[in-house]
Amino acid sequence: MNTLLVLPLLVPLATAAATILLARSPRAVRTASFAGAAASLGAAVALLGATRDGTILVTQAGAWEAPFGISLVADRFAAAMVLVAALLLAAVVVSSIRGLDGARERAGYHPLLHVLSMGVSGAFLTGDLFNLYVWFEVMLMSSFVLVSLGGERAQLQGALKYVVLNLVSSALFLAGAGLLYGSIGTLNMAGAAVALRELPAQGLPSVVASLFLLAFGIKAAAFPLFFWLPASYHTPPMPVAALFAGLLTKVGVYALVRVLTLVFVRDTAFTGPLLLAVAALTMVTGVLGAMAQGDVRKVLSFHIVSQIGYMLMGLGLGTRLALAGTVFYVLHHIVVKANLFLVAGAMRRAGGSFSLEKLGSLLARSPLLAAAFLVPAVSLAGLPPLSGFWAKYLLVRAGLEAGNGTIVAVALAVSLLTLFSMTKIWNEAFWKPAPAGAGAAPAPLSAAERASLLGPVLVLGAITVAIGLGAGVLYRFADAAAAQLLDPELYVRAVLGARGGGT
Amino acid sequence: MTLLLALAIGVLYAAGTYLLLRRSAIRVVFGLALLGYASNLLVFTAGRLSREGPPIVPEGAVAAAATSADPLPQALVLTAIVIGFGVQAFALVLLKRTCQEAGTDDVDAMREEG
Repeated sequence: MNTLLVLPLLVPLATAAATILLARSPRAVRTASFAGAAASLGAAVALLGATRDGTILVTQAGAWEAPFGISLVADRFAAAMVLVAALLLAAVVVSSIRGLDGARERAGYHPLLHVLSMGVSGAFLTGDLFNLYVWFEVMLMSSFVLVSLGGERAQLQGALKYVVLNLVSSALFLAGAGLLYGSIGTLNMAGAAVALRELPAQGLPSVVASLFLLAFGIKAAAFPLFFWLPASYHTPPMPVAALFAGLLTKVGVYALVRVLTLVFVRDTAFTGPLLLAVAALTMVTGVLGAMAQGDVRKVLSFHIVSQIGYMLMGLGLGTRLALAGTVFYVLHHIVVKANLFLVAGAMRRAGGSFSLEKLGSLLARSPLLAAAFLVPAVSLAGLPPLSGFWAKYLLVRAGLEAGNGTIVAVALAVSLLTLFSMTKIWNEAFWKPAPAGAGAAPAPLSAAERASLLGPVLVLGAITVAIGLGAGVLYRFADAAAAQLLDPELYVRAVLGARGGGT
Repeated sequence: MTLLLALAIGVLYAAGTYLLLRRSAIRVVFGLALLGYASNLLVFTAGRLSREGPPIVPEGAVAAAATSADPLPQALVLTAIVIGFGVQAFALVLLKRTCQEAGTDDVDAMREEG
């Protein structure tokens, strides 16, 4: 049993239990919740440290040998995802101290956060398709409750759409898993990778691959399956929305990357162009949706959709540089996107509204907030020297090298439109004088509010700047991770041992 | 037996999809349940339908007789049923609260205020 692989699952579980037991004292709950998030972060750092040199850590749960038992596997990509998820959890816990009302906190908010975190880590670390389904459900169950917690009308209506679409996705995923088991007799990812080599590339494997594409496409909010996202993500309180925006769709992207680089690797003539078309349409529809919105939260929600397109673009191109771009993009995006939602929460507190029409003069009221918005906003649009520029640069370069001018043109045009809608938020909320008749401005932020609402934002902003300035470090890591993803043999040998390697 | 189950799965998928496309939210939730059942049955049949003896490896052999049913998909389906039960219960409560708040179960009429 490799402890490093189990800790990212056990720490959140223990924290969730502790926060339930301590429920009588809100202060103790918060302390335990933060301590748990910090411990998760520590465990994730240790895991990344152990996989950095290219080692693929494997643990067979219950000591049942793969492909019969359930394997937990961590390669570079998985470990990095666990780390960013833990980082985001810590930021959200701090931000919730002031960004959330007491009623929600008492209704079991903190245990749910940590169960969600466990589900996400499990989905990143599992090496078994049915187990992936189970982790998805763990994650979904807690996210269902988190999204509807509080029970406001808009929230419930958003939650209903979210729940329905995600359950359809689960049913498709389960059907795909059933068909796959029926044809190859294993659901262990490494085992399936080996078994599928014996079958013809077309036919049943392509049917199963399509079911998985649909199921994960819904979770990742790819075109044309994204409608649940803008219908629900703006309704919960901003710390919850930040966690969802940063993490949940990216779990779908992660599953797509994992399945398409490890299990269904042979029919790229079918999956590649399909993914590229989906990527282009996702980018365009997302950004057009964002431009039509007048609510900060909805603008940001549509941008998630648009950004998912970039990640799929790298996967669709499928070269080493393109996959490195996808890895870079996912890691950068989680930090930046969650940060923007946290900033939106602070804007609401400082300006009294989420509506661009009603907001104004935030620059004069809180220059610190303006700076905190500018860093992730500019990074999202892809201006140098911030992290988003390098992520897009890698993808554009990969597209040009692959000779695919169309997708590059789409990516660049969408990038410009992203910049446009970020400047729109900036103009309306920060520069424009406060509209007449908006009533008195809310009281300025107290020191405690500043620490809770702006502290995590500034830390995440600093990380964005650091990624931008030290892009080489993350690029080398992403490149190494991509190399690992492109050589499924490494993964198979790590999980199955010598038996799987030879065939 | 396999043909019967295949037909049943097909009917469940069709009925589930039909219900999902309805405007009434309660039908949508029933549709979800049917889709879940269809997928469960699909996984179940993946393990071979057979009553030819238990899947126990005989003394000295390395695998059970090829005619016995594979118990693993059955175990997977049990997990999926339990998860599905919990999720459907939650969906029903959410539906009830939403309909109470919105005053209708017509998904088209559920537009957010403001």
